[in-house]
Amino acid sequence: MPQPPRPPARSAIGSLVLIAVIVGAAAAAFAYTAGLFSPGRLTPDKIVDALTPPGVDVAGHRRNHAKGICFTGLFESNGAGSALSQAQVFTRGQYPVLGRFNLATPNPNAADATVRVRGLGLLISTPDGQEWRMAMIDPPIFPVSTPQAFYQLLLASGSKDPNAMKEFAGAHPEIGAFGAWAGSAPWFGSYAEERFNSLDSFIFTDGSGTRHAVRWSLLPAAQAVPVSPEDLAKRGPDFLEQEITERVRGAPQHWTLVLTEANPGDPTADPSKAWPEDRRTVEAGTLSVQQIEAEADGPCRDINFDPAVLPTGITTSDDPFPAARSSAYAKSYDLRTAEAADYPRTTTGAKP
Amino acid sequence: MNSVLQRFTAPQRLLHWLMAVCILAMLFIGVGMVSTVTPKYLTLVSIHKPLGIAILVLALIRLALRLRYGAPPLPADMPAPMKLAARLSHFAFYVLMVALPLIGWGMLSAASYPVVLFGGVHLPAIVPQSDSLHTLLWNAHASLALLFFALVLLHLAAALFHAFIRRDGVFEAMASVSTSDGAAPAE
Repeated sequence: MPQPPRPPARSAIGSLVLIAVIVGAAAAAFAYTAGLFSPGRLTPDKIVDALTPPGVDVAGHRRNHAKGICFTGLFESNGAGSALSQAQVFTRGQYPVLGRFNLATPNPNAADATVRVRGLGLLISTPDGQEWRMAMIDPPIFPVSTPQAFYQLLLASGSKDPNAMKEFAGAHPEIGAFGAWAGSAPWFGSYAEERFNSLDSFIFTDGSGTRHAVRWSLLPAAQAVPVSPEDLAKRGPDFLEQEITERVRGAPQHWTLVLTEANPGDPTADPSKAWPEDRRTVEAGTLSVQQIEAEADGPCRDINFDPAVLPTGITTSDDPFPAARSSAYAKSYDLRTAEAADYPRTTTGAKP
Repeated sequence: MNSVLQRFTAPQRLLHWLMAVCILAMLFIGVGMVSTVTPKYLTLVSIHKPLGIAILVLALIRLALRLRYGAPPLPADMPAPMKLAARLSHFAFYVLMVALPLIGWGMLSAASYPVVLFGGVHLPAIVPQSDSLHTLLWNAHASLALLFFALVLLHLAAALFHAFIRRDGVFEAMASVSTSDGAAPAE
């Protein structure tokens, strides 16, 4: 009679212990992977927690860049970007866009004049079914070199220790360039006058397979008129949203998309380091903002402007920020969609 | 124990072990990716999505094989509660293998994320954009995935219990390597 193979006899107790050890090891490996034994690991939850200001009701809103207003429009590609990337968005043509002007603050009710950094989220769709999402800001460089340093910056700026920021700046001297910009750059009275920058570097792959390290900017067509922050403070808490709504109602507003290619050796991994001014640039087309809509019931509300959503022909580079931002933005999205009831879908509900 | 050893058919055994590797990888990738902000996050996410769809396709094939070929009978001397637990756990595995990828796909659809498999290959949205649906599906995806892992541990413990302690041929019904036909005797 054929018999199943029999292992050497072992006591039942010994076998049970062996089974417990095997199953326990599998469970421990799972817990380790989930970070349960790594309290020092930087997680999206930690970043989002550190962003959330105490005493501010953020429920239903993005955990950073919380105040914003939606727009729709077109990206008109002139075809020149094809020299750098095979993405369909760079072939000549018009592609629909969805976007969001915003303020870099976790407070959804911040007064517009109190926020130094302004941003723009953009989603360009192409007929091949692909999307290019991006989230840009107006400073020319990012404050810090790494996501870990960004987290330390959040902790330091939220700390009660009066020396926390000084100690942070000592350990992360790269923040000096950002501080100099924040202290000296002009303020403007309109989103339409802002230049928005990717800051992060991405790899563009052209039709022949050649890779190019690229950063990009949107340059405003509108004449930028500096206004002192004191004068802006007199304009009311939502002046930027009111101004862009009026301006776009009068005429579409335009920006030129400029792609900048790195030279070999340029710091692609560090968005706190600017590239020299003489780098090759390509004007790839024009963004037209045609209609403004309030965020509460607008088309950008439930869109995550995740900078790692990229079309074929663009990928992330050795810059660690897009991955960290993608991870933290997803956490923010999961939180705020679960809290949607706290942010009513009516325009009147948007501004308590 | 005088009956001949009966095993799952060779295609069923092959799919079981292939999917065991895929599903374990999937569960580890899932908990790993949501707990890191390093560039590994994007790599893990880019594996998680196509691997989930691959598991969905394999699970449907496996379900068809199970309906066609069935499963070897459990040993006659196995206590009734153990038999019930075995049958319920198999049922739960089939439900989870099909449902988890679909819930993940639906969750991405409800958030209006593109569902990228690889390169330019995308899947269409299977539910409309909706914040409440996204939240429902996200919570279901996370809790059912943990349940899935708990079930895997239970399955592993039960398989080893059959192999080491009961030695009733249940483990060999899936574990044996020989490619001979399912109803044939071993050796």
